[in-house]
Amino acid sequence: MFNLIIVVAIVLILAIGYTIFRVTTLVGIAKGDTQKRVTGANKVQAALCVVFLVAGLFGFFYYSFGGLDDSFIQPIASEHGVETDKWFWITMGVTCFVFILTQILLFGFSFKYQYKEGNQAKFYPHNDKLEIVWTAIPAVVLAILVISGWKIWVDITGPAPEESEVIEVYGYQYAFAFRYPGADKQLGDYDYRKIDPINNNQVGIDYSDKAALDDFMGRELHVPKGKPVHLKIRARDVIHSVYQPNFRLQMNAVPGLPTRFWFVPTKTTAEMRAETGNPDFNYELVCNKICGKAHFSMKAIIVVDEPEDYEKWYNEQEALLKQNPGLMAQVPDNLREVAIISADLENNDSNQGVANSESENSSL
Amino acid sequence: MSVTDIQLQENTAHDDHHDDHHEQSFIEKYIFSTDHKTIAKQFLITGIFWAIIGGAFSVIFRLQLGFPDMTLEWLKPILGKWIDEGGKLDQEFYLALVTMHGTIMVFFVLTAGLSGTFSNFLIPLQIGARDMASGFMNMLSYWFFFLSSVIMFISLFLETGPAAGGWTIYPPLSALPQAIQGSAGGMTLWLVSMVFFIASTLLGGINYITTVINMRTEGMSFSRLPLTIWAFFITAVIGLLSFPVLFSAALLLVFDRSLGTSFYLSEIFIGGEALPNIGGSPILYQHLFWFLGHPEVYIVLLPALGITSEIISTNSRKPIFGYRAMIGSMLAIAFLSFIVWAHHMFVSGLNPFLGSIFMFLTLIIAVPSAVKAFNYITTLWKGNIVFTPAMLFSIGLVSFFISGGVTGIFLGNSALDINLHDTYFVVAHFHLVMGSASFFGLLAGVYHWFPKMFGRMMDEKLGYIHFWVTFVGVYLVFFPLHYIGIAGFPRRYYAFTNFDAFSAFTDLNTFVSVAAILTFGAQFIFIFNFFYSMFRGRKAPANPWRSNTLEWTTPRNPGHGNWPGAIPKVYRWPYDYSKPGAEEDFIPQHIPLSQTPESNLEEENELAKTEEVRESKNVEDSH
Repeated sequence: MFNLIIVVAIVLILAIGYTIFRVTTLVGIAKGDTQKRVTGANKVQAALCVVFLVAGLFGFFYYSFGGLDDSFIQPIASEHGVETDKWFWITMGVTCFVFILTQILLFGFSFKYQYKEGNQAKFYPHNDKLEIVWTAIPAVVLAILVISGWKIWVDITGPAPEESEVIEVYGYQYAFAFRYPGADKQLGDYDYRKIDPINNNQVGIDYSDKAALDDFMGRELHVPKGKPVHLKIRARDVIHSVYQPNFRLQMNAVPGLPTRFWFVPTKTTAEMRAETGNPDFNYELVCNKICGKAHFSMKAIIVVDEPEDYEKWYNEQEALLKQNPGLMAQVPDNLREVAIISADLENNDSNQGVANSESENSSL
Repeated sequence: MSVTDIQLQENTAHDDHHDDHHEQSFIEKYIFSTDHKTIAKQFLITGIFWAIIGGAFSVIFRLQLGFPDMTLEWLKPILGKWIDEGGKLDQEFYLALVTMHGTIMVFFVLTAGLSGTFSNFLIPLQIGARDMASGFMNMLSYWFFFLSSVIMFISLFLETGPAAGGWTIYPPLSALPQAIQGSAGGMTLWLVSMVFFIASTLLGGINYITTVINMRTEGMSFSRLPLTIWAFFITAVIGLLSFPVLFSAALLLVFDRSLGTSFYLSEIFIGGEALPNIGGSPILYQHLFWFLGHPEVYIVLLPALGITSEIISTNSRKPIFGYRAMIGSMLAIAFLSFIVWAHHMFVSGLNPFLGSIFMFLTLIIAVPSAVKAFNYITTLWKGNIVFTPAMLFSIGLVSFFISGGVTGIFLGNSALDINLHDTYFVVAHFHLVMGSASFFGLLAGVYHWFPKMFGRMMDEKLGYIHFWVTFVGVYLVFFPLHYIGIAGFPRRYYAFTNFDAFSAFTDLNTFVSVAAILTFGAQFIFIFNFFYSMFRGRKAPANPWRSNTLEWTTPRNPGHGNWPGAIPKVYRWPYDYSKPGAEEDFIPQHIPLSQTPESNLEEENELAKTEEVRESKNVEDSH
């Protein structure tokens, strides 16, 4: 019944609209508008151009300065972010100036030079000087913007400092995994064929590499404040993107093509909570490349610690090998001894389990 | 010599025309027609059909974004199982909607609908030719497009849904049905459809280029071509050079999907197993795709700019300012459009050094674009502006071109792009500069050339209402997206509820959705106006806009062959508006200089002395 009423209402509205249309058309014919080259509507359009210009600019300024409840700028928390934001706002100043000026001219001229009976337009086909000027000015301004952008870009994408904390970020449908190099500060090799979700080897650590034995996984991405962090980025299945708005950080995670990004976090999570006044604030790592059904919920938490807290946390972590003794099966014989030491397996109650799972695997 | 050839050809064409005029069957005339005007209308109407579907898709996903808690139960009769038991839109179908919205709008509406319609319609009429160089190829071009449309349309009804990996269909997502359902049958049909689409574009493009080069009427030198034709010509060249690269990209993807090759796939573990593919690179696909993808931006934009040049000049009653600079900047844009593609890939894992190079090249392309905008504004200066609906849409186009263009300066700067890439800032940018601007070019063109297409006028008042609602609506939809983008909201997100960082802006998203629905609704005013005026509109005068170009010298309803008599000869450029001394405020291109001594410039008086005026009685009659 309700649907029927809606349909009837729509039909009525359309019928009314059509009638109004027919009436105005006929009135127009009666008034002889169709014979005139330019009707009174021309003035109305010209006036609307100005109305649009004024209302539009008012809306733009009102919304940009204070009309908005939420602050739309994510607080910066990285060193390079300060630089990129500075140039973002310089570019914003330049472009807004050009934008406002040209829109005023566009709609202002439209209004001012509207058709008037007896007026003649100015025959003005070209002015070489003018054209050279307005080719040169944008060229120079753009050159300045590009060169400054390029300098920042080179710094950001340049080699990471020696003392960087190296962490592997690994994207897969629909989560991120983080691998830390462990005590030896060296990430071990990987091989996608070694991925073993049952034994929790999510990132395909290759245990035939000695450096891999003490690697540990983080549920969250912990990074130290004030130290360069070098993210080594990989993906398992499709392209993902490692994006964090506060750090102004983004790099795609590509299957088969390791990528990287390094940055220096400048505010701990706690400091950020104080700054934003939000006790629940967390740095969120966002997937920003369409990756499938649950793309919109693919995230991870980043925790920025004071360096000493970070060290403490780092040293408390258990190697993946220790947590998942089943993985011992992947360790070649000649490295088993080393593995027991570097993954700290000797004080592990589940040593028994190692043997068990080994025999299980061999029976498979 | 060549002049005589053309003359001969014309005469034969002319005779043919009289011979078989009445013998054309309905099918020959309206379906498998080789007449460029009919083919143009076929492209236009197919384009309108696709625009409605593409627009409706955007309304559905805007409902999801603007009203995340709303039940969409009432869409069940149309969408079926894509609405789940809770009345929510399926998450994967959301991605399919986004993907198909992009594909339809970019390729089917703004490439085929815009170039297909106006290149076909205007090239022969404005250069003074009887038809395209090859009418048959032209017909094939439309029917390949039709076939491509049918295939793409069928893909919407597959059980696994249409392609859903984004309109850019990046592998491995688009290569692996395990990763997303849409990469099963939907993706296959997408690729097949695009192959036919590319064939259609190439057939059309070859024709446009050949026709412009070879079939211009006497006196129509390149320096007297209307800017519309320049734009269509350059567009066709760009398309011819870039679409084959998309074809190769699609072909390699087909191999990867079906034949087990590893062009784009490497080291993938999915669905519990490690795939055997090693050594491919997903980045290779991105390079190939954007080698078309970036020129594609100009393939949709340049025709719109060409149309705008013509309309703004005509309705300002002024010559276009800087005719040569306009051509120069189009040529520069065309050339540069081929060497900026990697700016879509700054954070893809591209070598940062390449990123630097592409940043420099990208920002160079802003210069000719700026020149064009300044030239449009100067054309308005001291004009005597008549606001036809076409003129308003053209002014709107320039406004969008600037608003969307300036944000390109942010995105082209690789350092700033790091934080903006794939956010709503990008969505706002390209929807304004390429989507809305080109769409306004399309609408402006329809309003302006409707009298020539159908011999009747569209209703002006409805045109005004349509313009203002659409123009304001587009700004209300896309301007707020800049703020959302600066806040870092990622595009192609079904919902933002999973992130604290993106908890703001729910009101703004609702606002945008309401604006989008109203703007979409306003398009039905146009559709009514279009079809109503086609049959019941006021009969069009010969030259309703008092324009200079040749199409207005044809009869009200030009038949096959366009001019009943000889093709008019051209004696001047197309922008002699408000020439000092002239009686009227326009002097059409076919009026000899020797007939207008009162308004000739000095060098034109010299030319007039040597000018050979051809007897063109027929033209005068029909005029």
